[in-house]
Amino acid sequence: MKKGLKRLDLIFKNEHDCDVILKKSLNRSNEELVEDLISSGLKGRGGAGFPTGLKWKLTAEAPGDEKYVICNADEGEPGTFKDREILSSVPHKVLTGMAICGRIVGAQRGFIYLRGEYKFLIPELQKAINDFHELTDKMKLPFRVEIFTGAGAYICGEESALFESMEGHRGEPRNKPPYPTDAGYRNRPTVINNVETLAHTYSILKYGPEKFRDLGVKDSRGSKVFSVSGDTPIPGIYELEFGMTLQKFVDDFGDGDAKAVQVGGAAGFCVPRKKFDKTVIGYQGKLTGISLPTGGSMMIFNSSRSMYNVLHNYLDFFVEESCGQCTPCRVGTQQLLLGIEAVKRGDKSSQYLEKLLELAETMRVTAKCGLGQSVANSFSSIVENFREEMIY
Amino acid sequence: MDEKVNLKIDNLSVSVDTGTTILEAARKINIRIPTLCHHEDLCVAGNCRVCVVEESGMGRLQPACAIPVSEGMEIHTNSMKVRNARKQIIELLISEHRAECTTCYKNGKCELQALSNEYIVGESGFLPLVPLKGYTIDEFSPSIIKDDSKCIRCQRCVRTCDQLQSVGALTVAHKGGEMKISTFFDKPIYEVVCTNCGQCVNRCPTGALTEKTYINEVWNAIDNPEKFVVVQTAPAVRIALGEALDMEPGEIVTGKMVAALRRMGFNAVLDTDWSADLTIIEEGNELLQRLKRVLKDKEPGVKIPMTTSCSPGWIKFIEHTFPDFLEHLSTAKSPQQMFGALAKTFYAGKIGVEPSNMVSVSVMPCTAKKFEANRPEMRASGYQDVDFVVTTRELAMMIKQAGIDFRSLPDDDYDTIMGESTGASVIFGATGGVMEAALRTVYEVVTGREIPFDGLNIMPVRGMENVREASLKIENPLPEWDFLDGVEVKTCVAHGLSNAKKVMEQVKNGEADYHFIEIMACPGGCLGGGGQPLPTSPEIRKKRAEAIYREDAGKKIRKSHENPEIIQVYEEFLVEPLGHKSHELLHTTYTPRNRY
Repeated sequence: MKKGLKRLDLIFKNEHDCDVILKKSLNRSNEELVEDLISSGLKGRGGAGFPTGLKWKLTAEAPGDEKYVICNADEGEPGTFKDREILSSVPHKVLTGMAICGRIVGAQRGFIYLRGEYKFLIPELQKAINDFHELTDKMKLPFRVEIFTGAGAYICGEESALFESMEGHRGEPRNKPPYPTDAGYRNRPTVINNVETLAHTYSILKYGPEKFRDLGVKDSRGSKVFSVSGDTPIPGIYELEFGMTLQKFVDDFGDGDAKAVQVGGAAGFCVPRKKFDKTVIGYQGKLTGISLPTGGSMMIFNSSRSMYNVLHNYLDFFVEESCGQCTPCRVGTQQLLLGIEAVKRGDKSSQYLEKLLELAETMRVTAKCGLGQSVANSFSSIVENFREEMIY
Repeated sequence: MDEKVNLKIDNLSVSVDTGTTILEAARKINIRIPTLCHHEDLCVAGNCRVCVVEESGMGRLQPACAIPVSEGMEIHTNSMKVRNARKQIIELLISEHRAECTTCYKNGKCELQALSNEYIVGESGFLPLVPLKGYTIDEFSPSIIKDDSKCIRCQRCVRTCDQLQSVGALTVAHKGGEMKISTFFDKPIYEVVCTNCGQCVNRCPTGALTEKTYINEVWNAIDNPEKFVVVQTAPAVRIALGEALDMEPGEIVTGKMVAALRRMGFNAVLDTDWSADLTIIEEGNELLQRLKRVLKDKEPGVKIPMTTSCSPGWIKFIEHTFPDFLEHLSTAKSPQQMFGALAKTFYAGKIGVEPSNMVSVSVMPCTAKKFEANRPEMRASGYQDVDFVVTTRELAMMIKQAGIDFRSLPDDDYDTIMGESTGASVIFGATGGVMEAALRTVYEVVTGREIPFDGLNIMPVRGMENVREASLKIENPLPEWDFLDGVEVKTCVAHGLSNAKKVMEQVKNGEADYHFIEIMACPGGCLGGGGQPLPTSPEIRKKRAEAIYREDAGKKIRKSHENPEIIQVYEEFLVEPLGHKSHELLHTTYTPRNRY
């Protein structure tokens, strides 16, 4: 195994100094803390990449007597399994980030929205929360965290569907605006961050924004936890610096025969071998070549894999996990799935793939939420790059 | 809030209030953006995505119904990107819709069909999804048919049932490709809390929710020479029927309707307005009896406030939702059922027809009336009192089928014996109308004087406000009613079941000090009923209400107790209000039901 990429150990490093970090941070002004977060360049690690400092700032400025901090632990993206590891090994970092966020935005209640399949984490997580409450009580910091478990629907990882779910409704995304910073859970200003994002805020509070900003590349600062799976001899969770090319990644993690990498899970993009060296892992930026945002799922496929089967699997998933509310997503996902089946069988000519690509683009621009909008990512990138596998 | 927002839509400048949606702003300057899930009576859903528009500088299209305008916005409603996306969305909807338009009940009135007409050239390019789904049609209800294969999941019905009506019979179940509109445990509509109000039918853009039609049964009866077919027409039909026959909302077509029914071959064309007057006599006297037993005799267990009982959607709602409060309901049957019970007894006797040979048809603005006619209690004559109920919409179809040029028909008059009516019964069709009609009679019975409102128009109970209250002080009553001297009679009017629920919660919590409450299941009262012509909107309902009050004002007799044919039926048959015969034929009982 080559060791080309720099492995980092910021997130999982076993640091038990929340009391120090909390005390240090609480002695600073909210403005200073937000300024640090903004200058660190931290962006949301769930995949969408909204600047975290700005999110907290907007929520702090939003009018409202009651506000909330929610940790999105509904880790549902296929191929992603990092949040569960973070919550089981360093929950105190996440909780510290939530508490500081609460102080900044003026929230006294925090929730961890835990994926239904992660119920087994609850006993340990609750213990960590209890310990943390003891600590905050000592510091007279009025902040309480509760666990809320979802029922396993992928769509509930979408923030507004998550609020609906918490409110006891069907998990269906809302119209936006208003955004969560103005009207989130119970229509009150809400910060909702991914588990990893909150864990990163801990590091930033501890080591300062410069250290974080020194890592990564323009527009994509810091490190990122990746869930590596598929045709790799070393599947697992790795913290890497942002800005690597996919080629370097494959050199480190592939089995020597990688023909494609699915970056960002079923909702992400499929990159074929010939584009590995031009593809940079990071948020959409002004880098040369292609830059891909990601929640950290990296699925490697070698030449034994049928990309038709891969796409079929993703579409099956979307057909089932669409909430069914908006037309483009509910019907569009079904049509894409039936469409590639019909082409494969020969019931439709290969020209029909063009109609399906158009449909995927329509879904991208008209679907109500990120789920329907991002189906086009995997669909178009697989169909365009592996067209022959769709037909023959 | 008088801040204005300036924007451009298709390069036309428009200035609108803060909070206006792109859709509303566009309508202001006569730019039509197509919609499906949007409905004026309902909250914004933004889920069909047919109304997407392009905003300059934005990659994604925006749903015009859900996005509020902002300063300097530049919107394009007809760009290439918008047209392509819109066309594909309509194609997607068609692919999940059983598009058998020629045989569909909603053919010509379907909103998806209309959009398809505008946007789809040639066949839809996507694969049909319907054959893969194994749909069944729920046609067990006597009122409403639910056909999921025609459903486009816009959720208008769900929002109607939940928000407008607080019934919650229809809900969304499952997700993704399996997502559908369902009921509690996917039971047939007939077995759940559905009130049969038909408001969902009024708002369904396609043929997924329709009324169960009895058109063929009625034609068969008319064509059967051995049958004597009588028809009654409800108050709210005459002010709305024209809409389904290419006329404007608010046109009164009473005379033409009677002429059409006669041409269609009904043996007797009679009027539910007549039995509405009868309802006022029975219900008004019941109210006075209850007040006497409570205020004078201090009888325990007698329930006030008394609520009206003519809306069958309301009856089923209270039976499910407030089963412990059924004693508050007036025991008086609805005008339809009073008519039915007397048609096969009193009327059959008068004209010498065997009741077994009589077929009693009613034309109603209502789908719940179909259920009501089928209730086991409604067989007081020894036969099913009302055999078939058709809606205003069905009558319009029958008139077309009969080849009648409705607009050119000369006016005709109802037959006698059960055909005469008053202004009081006409206003039954509007929310507040039963209250007004009852007060006109009750006040006069108690005091011997006309109610002290200019032109008998009791304005406080009129209008479209959700819940309205009015009180009336009784002074110098006749000796028999002396216990009412100085009593302020308090009334309340509510329309739409969510408002009914609010009022009943007050009653339940002992917070309601009313004597008499009028409740109509449908928004606007019967004029907004589930069987009325499509479309429906606050504006259209307002026009229908104006027509109703115009009809009332034009009537020679404005008070139920002065209807000569009502006086006659008591003299010749019923003897007295609340008498033995009345009890047998005109009053009913109710059934407590479960929520689930």
